[in-house]
Amino acid sequence: MPGSDAAADVAIRVRGVTKDFGTGTAVTRALRGVDLDVPYGELLMLAGPSGCGKTTLVSIVAGTLEPTAGDVRVLGQDLVTISSGGKVKFRRDNVGFVFQTFNLLPTLTAVENAAVPLLIAGWPRRRAVEAAADVLDQLGMGDRLPSLPNELSGGQQQRVAIARALVHQPRLLVCDEPTSALDAENGRITMELIQQIAVQPGRAVIVVTHDARVYPFADRIASMEDGRIDAVAPGPFPVGFNPG
Amino acid sequence: MLWVAWKMLVGNRVKYLGIVFGVVFAAVLIAQQASIFCGLMSLTVSQIRDVEGPGIWVMDPNVQYVDDIKPLADTELFRVKSVPGVAWAVPFYKGLGRARLPEGTYEQMIILGLDDATYVGAPQGIFMGSVADLRKPDAVIMDDAGYKRIWPGEPFRLGRTFEMNDRRAVIVGITKASRTFQSFPIVYTRYSQAVAFAPPERKVLSFVLADAQPGVPATEVCRKIKERTGLLALTREEFLWRTIRYYLEKSGIPINFGITVLLGFLVGTAIAGQTFYLFTVENIRQYGALKAMGASNGTILMMVLGQGMQVGIVGYGLGVGLASLFGWFVKGASRLAFFMPWQVLALTAVAVFVIVLVASLLSIRKVLVVEPAIVFRG
Repeated sequence: MPGSDAAADVAIRVRGVTKDFGTGTAVTRALRGVDLDVPYGELLMLAGPSGCGKTTLVSIVAGTLEPTAGDVRVLGQDLVTISSGGKVKFRRDNVGFVFQTFNLLPTLTAVENAAVPLLIAGWPRRRAVEAAADVLDQLGMGDRLPSLPNELSGGQQQRVAIARALVHQPRLLVCDEPTSALDAENGRITMELIQQIAVQPGRAVIVVTHDARVYPFADRIASMEDGRIDAVAPGPFPVGFNPG
Repeated sequence: MLWVAWKMLVGNRVKYLGIVFGVVFAAVLIAQQASIFCGLMSLTVSQIRDVEGPGIWVMDPNVQYVDDIKPLADTELFRVKSVPGVAWAVPFYKGLGRARLPEGTYEQMIILGLDDATYVGAPQGIFMGSVADLRKPDAVIMDDAGYKRIWPGEPFRLGRTFEMNDRRAVIVGITKASRTFQSFPIVYTRYSQAVAFAPPERKVLSFVLADAQPGVPATEVCRKIKERTGLLALTREEFLWRTIRYYLEKSGIPINFGITVLLGFLVGTAIAGQTFYLFTVENIRQYGALKAMGASNGTILMMVLGQGMQVGIVGYGLGVGLASLFGWFVKGASRLAFFMPWQVLALTAVAVFVIVLVASLLSIRKVLVVEPAIVFRG
């Protein structure tokens, strides 16, 4: 949903975002004034220890969580002022998700799972399944279309999840720990697929991770600590790189 | 997305069967008990239904139901005949008599005395003998169920005799008749013969059966009969419902059946609701993922309600089918009353709808409040 963003090449602009959980004396501040820009065509990784606020930040950027304060502009859309219905539509049209635990529907086949975003968008079932089959074919899963998730390996399930995230051609891809449930080989293959297929000039990709093996796939790495972005390091990153 | 909802539901076979079981349990119990109740209620009015022809029943004003006989003086027949709008009127006897069988045993019987001249109210299902044979001395026509009850396992045979009030009765015909609430054998005979079979009483006329002249509404004639004679005159339908109302209000039958139906409803709701809720909780991350991917609350609501409706339709079909099957078996194999009118099917459908709605509502709240961000939590 493009808008009249001043910096037209910036897909994500976050300014002074804070997020509190809880109320009164039990309040926990997960984000403490985060500023971040992600241009189109970039794969940005959010790195940092557990509890540093990576998932909270990516949830806000994906439009699944409200910030307590600050400005969030994604693909030209102000996510702070947008209505909840508008946010649902924004996610449906513009955001693809790859989750740590895949979150595939266990009773749907691989191709049916990959077709879900199109079904949500109101596509006829047959057309949605055909489109999903094409994407799965690109990801090397053409021979596993009728398989149920429990018949697939972890790496294959993640490829189905990537197909599901890309099938409706979103302009923002949000990946939460996409390799943490995979072995090294499958993690590498997953990141290669994301880098080859998802990273496009009109699309931005954010990957939350603390898996150092995948850092070389990033264009930039933003390292977080205690609810803040400490540093943003530009690539390329050698194997074994530690963002600090 | 209804298709996705359906696949989510049926893919989890254990939960799906659990939810369906709850609905089937409720539907079977509700449909079966309500049908037995309707069967019993229909037995209470079977004798009114079986008397075809007259549109008007005239009786003592204190009569509450068809078996509540308060005899009239024979002269009341002529008073009814004299009311304007009455096309014809005949006497009708209904009473209980004790029969002494050749074997020396005794049996209670329902005696129905038909007008000697016209046989108005004669049974329609005579399959041995004929109604004209009632003109013979001591003649009676017996219902087949009564015959089998008195002489179990024996073939139907005309000419068998027994005694009532020290008078000989000869079976000249066998008929099919609707079962009565009391389940006693029924014997049809002439009015004059019935009075002789009955225990001696000062007044013996149970009812006057009448009909309105063509073009005159029966209700209008009933009103005139009431005005002119002081007797209670009811159309066939009014008498039928007066009898049913009596049993509904004065007997414990509705409460007994109502408790069972309520129990079925509550247990069915509990099983279906709890299992559906567990199914939803089990899939809560999937619902969160769907919401994150852009499924609106409206879509999620439609999915959960669609799942509920799907279970409801399957459960209703199986439940009503099983209840019908039960009815089919017991009607052939026992004397249990079973009558399933469309109202029972409608009542069961409403109950099942409420069950799946309640079951869905428990789950709907859970899925509507779940935040899409739940999918980012490990």
